[in-house]
Amino acid sequence: MADTRPAPKVGLFVTCLVDVYRPTVGFAAVKLLEDAGCTVEVPASQTCCGQPAFNAGDRATARDLARSTIAAFEGFDHVVVPSGSCAGQIRKHYPELLADDPAWAARARHLSARTHELVSFLTDVLGVTDTGARYDGTITYHDSCSGLRELGVKEQPRRLLAKVEGLTLNELPGAEVCCGFGGTFCVKYPDISNRMVEAKTADIAGTKADTLLAGDMGCLLNMAGKLKREGSAVRVRHVAEVLAGVTDTPPIGEPIKGGRA
Amino acid sequence: MQPTTHAFPENARKALSDERLQKVLAIAPAGFVNRRKQAADRLPEFEDLRDQGRDLKNHVLANLDTYLEAFEGKVTEQGGHVHWCRTDQEARDAILGICRKVGAKTVTKGKSMISEEIGINDYLEANGLTPIETDLGEYIIQLRREPPSHIIAPAFHLSKADVEGTFRQAHTDLPADRVLDEPKVLIAEARQVLRRKFQQADVGITGANIMVAETGSTVIVTNEGNGDLTQILPRVHVVIATIDKVVPTLEDAALVLRLLARSATGQEASAYTTFSTGPRRPGDLDGPEEFHVVLLDNGRSALLGTEFQDVLRCIRCGACMNHCPVYGSVGGHAYGWVYPGPIGSVMQPALLGVKEAGHLPNASTFCGRCEAVCPMRIPLPKMMRHWREKEFEQNLQPAAMRRGLALWGWFARRPALYHAATRMAVRALGMLGRGTGRFARLPLAQGWTRHRDMPAPEGRTFQQMWAEKKAAEKKGTR
Repeated sequence: MADTRPAPKVGLFVTCLVDVYRPTVGFAAVKLLEDAGCTVEVPASQTCCGQPAFNAGDRATARDLARSTIAAFEGFDHVVVPSGSCAGQIRKHYPELLADDPAWAARARHLSARTHELVSFLTDVLGVTDTGARYDGTITYHDSCSGLRELGVKEQPRRLLAKVEGLTLNELPGAEVCCGFGGTFCVKYPDISNRMVEAKTADIAGTKADTLLAGDMGCLLNMAGKLKREGSAVRVRHVAEVLAGVTDTPPIGEPIKGGRA
Repeated sequence: MQPTTHAFPENARKALSDERLQKVLAIAPAGFVNRRKQAADRLPEFEDLRDQGRDLKNHVLANLDTYLEAFEGKVTEQGGHVHWCRTDQEARDAILGICRKVGAKTVTKGKSMISEEIGINDYLEANGLTPIETDLGEYIIQLRREPPSHIIAPAFHLSKADVEGTFRQAHTDLPADRVLDEPKVLIAEARQVLRRKFQQADVGITGANIMVAETGSTVIVTNEGNGDLTQILPRVHVVIATIDKVVPTLEDAALVLRLLARSATGQEASAYTTFSTGPRRPGDLDGPEEFHVVLLDNGRSALLGTEFQDVLRCIRCGACMNHCPVYGSVGGHAYGWVYPGPIGSVMQPALLGVKEAGHLPNASTFCGRCEAVCPMRIPLPKMMRHWREKEFEQNLQPAAMRRGLALWGWFARRPALYHAATRMAVRALGMLGRGTGRFARLPLAQGWTRHRDMPAPEGRTFQQMWAEKKAAEKKGTR
């Protein structure tokens, strides 16, 4: 019997890094959600979740951006984010940021409860077990800190990746250790950040994987940037691209076909 | 000890280019991490114990005056003395006063971070006494005149060869051609030298991992037994501890002990766990004639009732630094004072001021591993963020960063403008980076491009492409 329940209405929080750096991830997320039976909308009034301000100690700006994000995403059954870090900001930190604001505290909690990181939303909420994708390659997977420790995203991407045809996963030693991105940390303390990402790229090389996947653009830009600087041939992609089978865009940090070299 | 915390970036750079240190850091923290994990995995109720530990300490901090006075009452009842000290200077003076009163010349010391915090060794030396560290790690760094680089492994930054060199320099009365190539041999030599010092000591100073209010006991844990010799052999035992170390009952102490050893070294219990309850009683076979507890505040009570109160739950296990990728990159000395790692990044601004120590809470990626392993569930990243808020309020952050964030915040609050601006910026960067897919250099991004390339954006924003897609769909359906 066909499922007669109405399609879940999902608001996609694109995240500022996906918006400006890698729209492909946004479209991969939309495809995964639509394939799983959701209708997807992307409110144009979203900008950034406010994490940079929050982590810089600027609570006023962080609160302003939290309020406008909350307002932008009211009326959806779920809000889905292709990033553990931004999803964590909304789920964990919005309620805390606005706890003392009588007009917004309940709205913040309401959004928090409906907000999910993309891959865990597919598996844990929608019950997706196989995205029907194919990827010919050996991948390794880095667990981004916020997704892992704030939201418990660990097994979910591995479960779905295991079903991707042609894909082999070589586990990354120290997959749970930070890559050294840390938002403004990587430019405030570039030498320490470099030491951390160096350790990460050495671990990546050790896996003999040809592709590195993760669920957060910040970490991906950091690791891709280091791998490219080191002359590594490892391809870097957001996990959503592989799960959605949207891999016609060049990997992160690779030239666009037809572009001048 | 004069803090160099304000120079954290330079300290860090030095540490990063110190090959010897980097070799140690590449191996040592992993040992702690693995042992802690095995110990936690072996105990099914470990996570419950962490909840209980947090709740216990929260209860104590809410009733701190009651438990401290109860503790004092019990100590006094048993013939001991409690010295209440508001500042580090008061604590130094109290300890020096006790030493002077008994005419002490040699003072042995067990490992105590508080003694580092108040700089007691330098003070005693300046006043003509000879303090001798008896914990092996502390003894080594005392010989080298270095501060500890880890709260439970003070000589964490040193290799076996470093220790051999130090011993050869210091123990000149031993044959120069002796073989010192094994840890076992080094330990034996330290034991032989220290044994004489134990016998000479007039006063023994130890820290306290726990103070028990119901019995007036202080508790130390060690793996070397040096703490016991320090407190039993001399005539006078001085305990230096901060007010946050008190727990109500022996049962509570047991809870802390179960969490402490597992989190620190992965042991179920330390080799020695010693309870000291007052001076020697008639009929006791050993023990000190005098028992003093120097109870130090040094800014801690000022944290009560603030957003930093939870940091007072710390039991000094060191798990946060063992798991910290920043500590693992630069080691403990870069933090520039007594407490390194995530706990230091929260404590040092409290003890030294945010102006001196402001770098530390900023030098974190908020990866959250520290909080994930803290036996007392201290929300360390959250507290580092609170310090950043203090800095922001006091305008202490670098001007470039403040301006950049303000500009970004201005745009991010105006979605239409924001999307127009990002569209333009992304278009320009996308065109520039099309050929290579990345930038090796970018203006305003040297912090990034010094060490890595900056991947180029695809060239259009998602919002722009989505709007076009929706417009096309609308046209198609019309």
